[in-house]
Amino acid sequence: MGTGTGGDDSLYPIAVLIDELRNEDVQLRLNSIKKLSTIALALGVERTRTELLPFLTDTIYDEDEVLLALAEQLGSFTVLVGGPEFVHCLLPPLESLATVEETVVRDKAVESLRKISQEHSPVDLEVHFVPLVKRLASGDWFTSRTSACGLFGVCYPRVSSTVKAEIRQHFRTLCSDDTPMVRRAASSKLGEFAKVLELDYVKSDIIPLFTALASDEQDSVRLLAVEAGVSIAALLPQEDLEDLVMPTLRQAAEDKSWRVRYMVADKFSELQKAVGPEITKNDLVPAFQNLLKDCEAEVRTAAANKVKGEVLPEDSRETIIMTHILPCVKELVSDTNQHVKSALASVIMGLSTILGKDNTVEHLLPLFLVQLKDEYPEVRLNIISNLDCVNEVIGIRQLSQSLLPAIVELAEDAKWRVRLAIIEYMPLLAGQLGVEFFDEKLNSLCMAWLIDHVYAIREAATCNLMKLVEKFGAEWAQNTIVPKVLGMANDSNYLHRMTTLFCINALSEVCGQEITTKHMLPVVLKMSTDQVANVRFNVARCLQKIGPVLDSSALQAEVKPVLEKLATDQDMDVKYFALEAISGMYLFNLPTYIFSETFSFSSILFFFFSFSLSP
Amino acid sequence: RTKSLPTLHIALNSWIDTPFSMDEEVDTRKINNSFLRDHNYATEADIISTVEFNSTGELLATGDQGGRVVVFQREQESKNQPHRRGEYNVYSTFQSHEPEFDYLKSLEIEEKINKIRWLPQQNAAYFLLSTNDKTVKLWKISERDKRPEGYNLKDEEGRIRDPTTITTLRVPVLRPMDLMVEATPRRIFSNAHTYHINSISVNSDNETYMSTDDLRINLWNLEITNRSFNIVDIKPANMEELTEVITAAEFHPNQCNTFVYSSSKGSIRLCDMRTSALCDNHSKLFEEPEDPSNRSFFSEIISSISDVKFSHSGRYLMTRDYLTVKVWDINMESKPLETYQVHDYLRSKLCSLYENDCIFDKFECVWNGTDSVLMTGSYNNFFRMFDRNTKRDVTLEASRENSKPRAILKPRKVCVGGKRRKDEISVDSLDFSKKILHTAWHPNENIIAVAATNNLYIFQDKVN
Repeated sequence: MGTGTGGDDSLYPIAVLIDELRNEDVQLRLNSIKKLSTIALALGVERTRTELLPFLTDTIYDEDEVLLALAEQLGSFTVLVGGPEFVHCLLPPLESLATVEETVVRDKAVESLRKISQEHSPVDLEVHFVPLVKRLASGDWFTSRTSACGLFGVCYPRVSSTVKAEIRQHFRTLCSDDTPMVRRAASSKLGEFAKVLELDYVKSDIIPLFTALASDEQDSVRLLAVEAGVSIAALLPQEDLEDLVMPTLRQAAEDKSWRVRYMVADKFSELQKAVGPEITKNDLVPAFQNLLKDCEAEVRTAAANKVKGEVLPEDSRETIIMTHILPCVKELVSDTNQHVKSALASVIMGLSTILGKDNTVEHLLPLFLVQLKDEYPEVRLNIISNLDCVNEVIGIRQLSQSLLPAIVELAEDAKWRVRLAIIEYMPLLAGQLGVEFFDEKLNSLCMAWLIDHVYAIREAATCNLMKLVEKFGAEWAQNTIVPKVLGMANDSNYLHRMTTLFCINALSEVCGQEITTKHMLPVVLKMSTDQVANVRFNVARCLQKIGPVLDSSALQAEVKPVLEKLATDQDMDVKYFALEAISGMYLFNLPTYIFSETFSFSSILFFFFSFSLSP
Repeated sequence: RTKSLPTLHIALNSWIDTPFSMDEEVDTRKINNSFLRDHNYATEADIISTVEFNSTGELLATGDQGGRVVVFQREQESKNQPHRRGEYNVYSTFQSHEPEFDYLKSLEIEEKINKIRWLPQQNAAYFLLSTNDKTVKLWKISERDKRPEGYNLKDEEGRIRDPTTITTLRVPVLRPMDLMVEATPRRIFSNAHTYHINSISVNSDNETYMSTDDLRINLWNLEITNRSFNIVDIKPANMEELTEVITAAEFHPNQCNTFVYSSSKGSIRLCDMRTSALCDNHSKLFEEPEDPSNRSFFSEIISSISDVKFSHSGRYLMTRDYLTVKVWDINMESKPLETYQVHDYLRSKLCSLYENDCIFDKFECVWNGTDSVLMTGSYNNFFRMFDRNTKRDVTLEASRENSKPRAILKPRKVCVGGKRRKDEISVDSLDFSKKILHTAWHPNENIIAVAATNNLYIFQDKVN
């Protein structure tokens, strides 16, 4: 270590890190905690165990972000305390972190505890880990008891049968805890715990707990039991489902509280998968019909999201949807609540692939058309965004007559966010409808957005043009878009002139060198004499942007003189961007050492950075 | 504006033991300790605006118009001074809210604490919610009794060590230190209320709470500050049609789905959150039909409910309007079970009370731990108690001038007839600037806290 005369240089950075564990600046403390492994490594396993960990155990007063980082670090600390043999030394600090009030910290501590539980030998698990779980489970405060709920599952499979019995007993106790917080934690871990239990105990222990939690007086507990029900159903043999799980699930689907019914609707696909096709057909389909007709809009919304019924049995899927689901869907299309309709609109198109061409044309197409005319833009947008599903089945022509007015209306909506949303679907629509239809009907819309009075729309419109060119090719661009864009360079409104520059920024790369050099560059260069400074400095930025696309002769002969002129502009910003463009493109007489091999780009930055720091 | 922390004078006096009863002849309430501020220095900011015990009664929090929260802790029983059990000492004082300015609406937002609510205890620290007109804050009050010691780069006196002398690494060691109580803001719930927040209430699910303003009630998750759900909205499409505002709201003590809110029209609505996500439609409406013979210009004003409280059992509701306290059975919507007159002698003075704005005072009301006694405030530093079983009632006074600390409180009487008896006070000599709006009752003992403008009085019933 240290030499006789002076200190050890290598200790200094570590000393700083240790001192900064207590710095007043949170950021420095956080930084130190994140390098805890470095500190531990320097201290060695012995001192880490005897000094560092006891200190950390009591550092629970800190800010959440520091505690969170600490909880995470400790999860991968096994090697630093001397390997699996000593892993139990990590339990005290994690135990105190598992009782703090901040949920994210507690959860992270539990996650780390679960991780290190795997590194315990079976003996250590029973000697050190299980007692910790029991302590937490019988703690005075509910924070420790909620943390305990997440730990039973990891130790259960690896302990003796007597300890197993104790663990089951502790879990049972927590399921009937006084505080709803703990019952909620137990309820949400019930499924996970069931997975590690022997099947007999699932039936004898878990089922009664499940039934009890599912009829808890607090609906916040009952709704979590639904999810547990899904996991439990997946564990049980088919013949037991009817007796053990279904009564409870049926009851949940008809619960007095809308939040519980919402949960059933939300977990419906998982539920179907867990109980299998037979029960789905007989039990869940009627329940689902009721959920689609629920009096609470939130429940209908969640149910509407599931109308596709992905996991219905293949053979009867079409019949079930046609006879049971579709009638409800027809009602939902004219629901009073916009969220219900918009949820439906986002999935209804998916039904066409299941029902096939004839049914789609006969039953679904009328519904699409109704939704395309819905008063809420979100509903229409959701239909339009899912056009690809229908396209596969019946082709888009069937819809295009209704589609066009809907698109035009959205494109001219008074709310700019709606306009923005439809712009984002344009490339998709263009792909679906084909270039002819696009040129004929939609091209003018795309150009109109370029002169929208909201900047976000103009910006999205330029981006949209780029995506269209990617789809339709440079030649199409040259014939349809580029002339119109360049025409705007002579507009009297400087904002429109700037839009030209922004379009060129976006299009130059996809259009390629030829179009850029021949058609775009002259326009840009001409604009460098614009009377508005904003236009001029955007010319500089534009030139920098399109520089890589141009060949070097054009750069030297045409771009360079213009930028040099702009660099002497009276306006400060123009000057700045011109100079930046010049240096950005390495156009002129840059000092050669920058290109010399000893300096990489990052080292240049570093050089400047450290230089500016010194006084 | 300079804001000093409140100076508290804790009065300790002799102790008199007499059994508790509501009997007016041998009333035994005594000032246990009162936290009195020197009147000469009392400012508007020192006026106490809310008082609240925590669920065990070990702590008592007050909020004031200056945005401060003062938490008192009950002294633990000690062997040598057994009589001192029950005294409350200052535990923590912190500035909860600061005055702000809403630039968008050109509105000043006062720092005044409108309500404090304690959260059920979840670990060794205590948590409370405090709110002003717009923003609710979650505070953590925790103790620290250990301090890390030992640095590598500096010595015990803080002098920097020469880095070259460092030969070994030191890990800090925790050493005991004097107990320190810290209050830290944990969450700030803002930007959800257009109008003034009048109530906050924590749900029995320990996960959510609601905040109520004049027209809306919002539901929050205690862990999520950037989103709240609007559950009640009584704002009419056209504000000119506005006839009613929400005055208070509270969750049921143990049914997580039930809450009530009271209105300026004297009705109470009970809502069930299970039936629907929006609770604009109530499940029950508690309302007393108006007595046409009593109708006057002031009828509507004095029927406005200023506070509503569930009993601890959840079976009853207590409401306070300007002149009465009413108890409602949750199962009977048509009329109140019991009605108690708080200061009926003011009925003839409503006109002058209207002129000096006193008629708009918002008196609060509280239950005792067993739901058998009600307490609420009045004017002239008087507060009233009503025993529901014996139907006895008493008027007491919280004042330093008229009752000595540690002495038994004498019942007061206001003269209502023409002839004034010796110990009675005439209605005309009542001081309407001394009002008791906020009171609190210990959850399971007969200890009460009474806020009289800038003074906090704690009275305790006899102890053995």
